[in-house]
Amino acid sequence: MGKIELKGVEKAFGTVRVIQGVNLVVEDGSFVVFVGPSGCGKSTLLRLIAGLEDASGGAIRIDDVDVIDQAPAKRGLSMVFQSYALYPHMSVRNNIGFGLRMAGVPTDERNRKVDEAAALLNLTPYLDRRPSALSGGQRQRVAIGRAIVRQPKAFLFDEPLSNLDAALRVSMRLEIARLQSSLGTTAIYVTHDQVEAMTMADKIVVLNGGRIEQVGSPLELYNHPDNLFVAGFLGSPKMNQISGVLAEQYRAATIGIRPEHIAVTRGGDGWPGTVQVSEHLGSDTFLYIDVPGAGLMTVRAPGELGVAAGDAVHVGPDLNRLHRFDANGLAIR
Amino acid sequence: MARKTSKATLALWTVVGWAAGFVIFFPILWMFLTGFKTELEAYSTPPTFLFFQWTTENYVAILEQRNYVKYALNSIILAGGSTLLALVIAIPAAWGMAFSPTKRTKDVLLWMLSTKMMPAVGVLVPMYLIFIWLGLLDTHIGLIAVLCLSNLPIVIWMLFTYFKEIPKDILEAARMDGATTWKEIVFVLTPMAVPGIASTVLLNVILSWNEAFWTLNLTTIDAAPLTQFIASFSAPQGNFWAKLSAASTLAIAPIVVLGWFGQRQLVRGLTFGAVK
Repeated sequence: MGKIELKGVEKAFGTVRVIQGVNLVVEDGSFVVFVGPSGCGKSTLLRLIAGLEDASGGAIRIDDVDVIDQAPAKRGLSMVFQSYALYPHMSVRNNIGFGLRMAGVPTDERNRKVDEAAALLNLTPYLDRRPSALSGGQRQRVAIGRAIVRQPKAFLFDEPLSNLDAALRVSMRLEIARLQSSLGTTAIYVTHDQVEAMTMADKIVVLNGGRIEQVGSPLELYNHPDNLFVAGFLGSPKMNQISGVLAEQYRAATIGIRPEHIAVTRGGDGWPGTVQVSEHLGSDTFLYIDVPGAGLMTVRAPGELGVAAGDAVHVGPDLNRLHRFDANGLAIR
Repeated sequence: MARKTSKATLALWTVVGWAAGFVIFFPILWMFLTGFKTELEAYSTPPTFLFFQWTTENYVAILEQRNYVKYALNSIILAGGSTLLALVIAIPAAWGMAFSPTKRTKDVLLWMLSTKMMPAVGVLVPMYLIFIWLGLLDTHIGLIAVLCLSNLPIVIWMLFTYFKEIPKDILEAARMDGATTWKEIVFVLTPMAVPGIASTVLLNVILSWNEAFWTLNLTTIDAAPLTQFIASFSAPQGNFWAKLSAASTLAIAPIVVLGWFGQRQLVRGLTFGAVK
């Protein structure tokens, strides 16, 4: 079991309120990702749940028990750190088994559990090595091994893949997601990488300035962002946001169109514009088109598009996928 | 761009370096040589350098007159004991200041260091009286306590500097793994800080070994370390330079050997973590 509830959680450092009244329910067995720009409070929120920071107010309940005054170890959670935070003076075996040792688990049982975890993570050949003799990916797997061996109520991941190179990040992402679903353990995962958020999460929590902007499944957030911040934060390239006369035609203060929801034609329907830059990625073509009245718009066209800088084109947004926002930046539905 | 040094400049600086090193080393060399002279030769003007009648009579004489082993044992007890006690107090103190600092931590550190700014003789009378009242004069416990206290600020400072280098994440990981504060210190912090602790221990042993003010004033026989052994050869009827030198050579020999083997740790310790 591992249901985590936050009620009005507050955290202030001096007079700075870094977490402002956060309410959230993390269902047992779900994979929840906290995402947001740096300084949004996502790591602090995770550390509050872990017990590494003391909350200034509110309640944190794990399986209906208030843990706000409990030490980190008492909460039954385990954490994977960005820096891996392995014990450099201990072998991989002792790193993974440290939590069990602290809990007074007998040596035989401890070794059996460590062996199981190591087998699951392909670490068996490395059990007698020190962390310094491992690669980045292996270190991260040791950190994950340390987290799973204690069979915690929930895993807390604090940007665990940020120190890995791009290729390894993708494979570790898959590995973590697969591991979590096979173990069925609740996971909270902090990242600033929206691709990680979109691909791994059952539920994404978008944070900004210490507040939750929106909570929902990845596609809910992508298709129905509650506000301009969420609309702009998720999706790459960024959603085009247009205000002014063009927006007023659609009875909105601002309209948003994702780059992939725009058709570019020569002399077809839509707004006339001039291509400024075209980027050819092979699988996609990114166009930056200057549209009078809308500014510079980003368009993502699948495949190869025979358009070059300076070409006159027409930009046709898919009206069914147009997002409308009022003057406060909130979605009009 | 690497700076280029001509061979002549390099040779010049090498000579200057060796010369400076020799000047610094000279008193120790002189002491060593004097220990092998006769008392008469030790006084001679102009002094003889290497070409004199080498003799071991001083060593024979002082070992007959005094129980060197007893003094040396006391030195080991005092230096070892005060170092151990200092560590037991300083590790938790440095841990607290390094990982849970408050607004006043810097002030506390400075205050501790400031206790080293007063000359020891300034508190000799109160200390002496306290030692009389508590019956600590010429006892191991009393001297261990005094030596520990006088070195504690430096020990805490050094450990604090080392602990600051240890990533906080690792201690937090231990906390998540269920380690209590004590287990965190014993199983994670201390083993990780072993190089730093080793150099702190070495420096503290050397400082305590050579400490002469308190050991000379607060001991007579039972707890008297090698500093007393040396001083006893400066007698009212005159200084016996050759015997004094021989005694000094014997007194510093163990610590020189220790320092020689611990050079690397010492350099690291004295540069306060600047060399990584």
